[in-house]
Amino acid sequence: MGIELIMIIILIFILLGAIIAVEIKDLLSAVISIGVVGFGISIAFLFLQAPDLAIVQIAVETVLLVLLIRATIRRDVKSTHSHINWAGLICVVVLCLALIGFGFFAMQELKFGEPAISKIQAAPSNHYLKEGLSETGSANIVTSVILDYRAYDTLGEATVLFTAIIGALAILRGIARKQKGGK
Amino acid sequence: MNGMSPIVQTVARFVKVFILLYGIYLTLIGHLTPGGGFAGGVVIASLYIMLTLAYGKKFALKFFPRRLAGSLDSVGALIFLVVACLGFGFGGIFFANFLEKSYPGAEFSLLSAGTIPISNIAICIKVASSLFLVFIIMAVARIIDKKDGSKEFKQDEEEE
Repeated sequence: MGIELIMIIILIFILLGAIIAVEIKDLLSAVISIGVVGFGISIAFLFLQAPDLAIVQIAVETVLLVLLIRATIRRDVKSTHSHINWAGLICVVVLCLALIGFGFFAMQELKFGEPAISKIQAAPSNHYLKEGLSETGSANIVTSVILDYRAYDTLGEATVLFTAIIGALAILRGIARKQKGGK
Repeated sequence: MNGMSPIVQTVARFVKVFILLYGIYLTLIGHLTPGGGFAGGVVIASLYIMLTLAYGKKFALKFFPRRLAGSLDSVGALIFLVVACLGFGFGGIFFANFLEKSYPGAEFSLLSAGTIPISNIAICIKVASSLFLVFIIMAVARIIDKKDGSKEFKQDEEEE
């Protein structure tokens, strides 16, 4: 029961942060509430025994928070105007109900903290857990998966980051590059 | 953008070495304990972001010019791709761990796991330089409201 209670407290904390971030008028306060969501998620990862994800989440969240504060502060837009978006509200309610229903029926089959994949003996994750150290030599199973078994995914991720940086550089360049011989 | 108060600058001066060491540690030890290239790269990028905030744009760009950051971004991606292609050449499979097959290191030691540490270092270089690049672009650019209601996009003091 211990871990479930901790997770419920952290999740309520995250939900409060998210709701405040949406509802508040001041943009800087909204950014700080988003930070509450991110750091809460990193603590939740720690309690769920995923330290790799916790480290990445806490580092990325810090950098992102600084970036967002830098982007919102001292800009022309300081606060938002609120008007109720009925279509969006209906979508959110339907999505929440679907997720709650799915969670209810899923939790009847599984125990909390038990991966669904552990019920299948031939699943690849069982192979990774058993043979990861001897096949790749990496003591950290997470690294052996993301950089050896599933390194192709990591290459795609790196490509996504690379393309995003190129796009940001091209848009935020400001001045158009001078043409040869032209103006 | 200018620097901050002397208190912030002094604390940043004391802390910067430890942040850099922690980033390098996370990268190099990524195949043994939690960590890895992405986390290490983000930590190193946050070091440069901290220096930019504390000392101003000029100070950080003196050590890490924008052109160098762009080049390092590409170099990291290229090293990662070269590792993948070498795996195809030597091991027969894209991203095959050919170093571990031919020179297996002792388990739980720093020099083990073949190509995984090399990929970690490549990803660290790539992530650190690209995140710093994004920050420096966003720190330099700003939108200015004009009197007649239109908006102007501007970058203050181009250094190139």
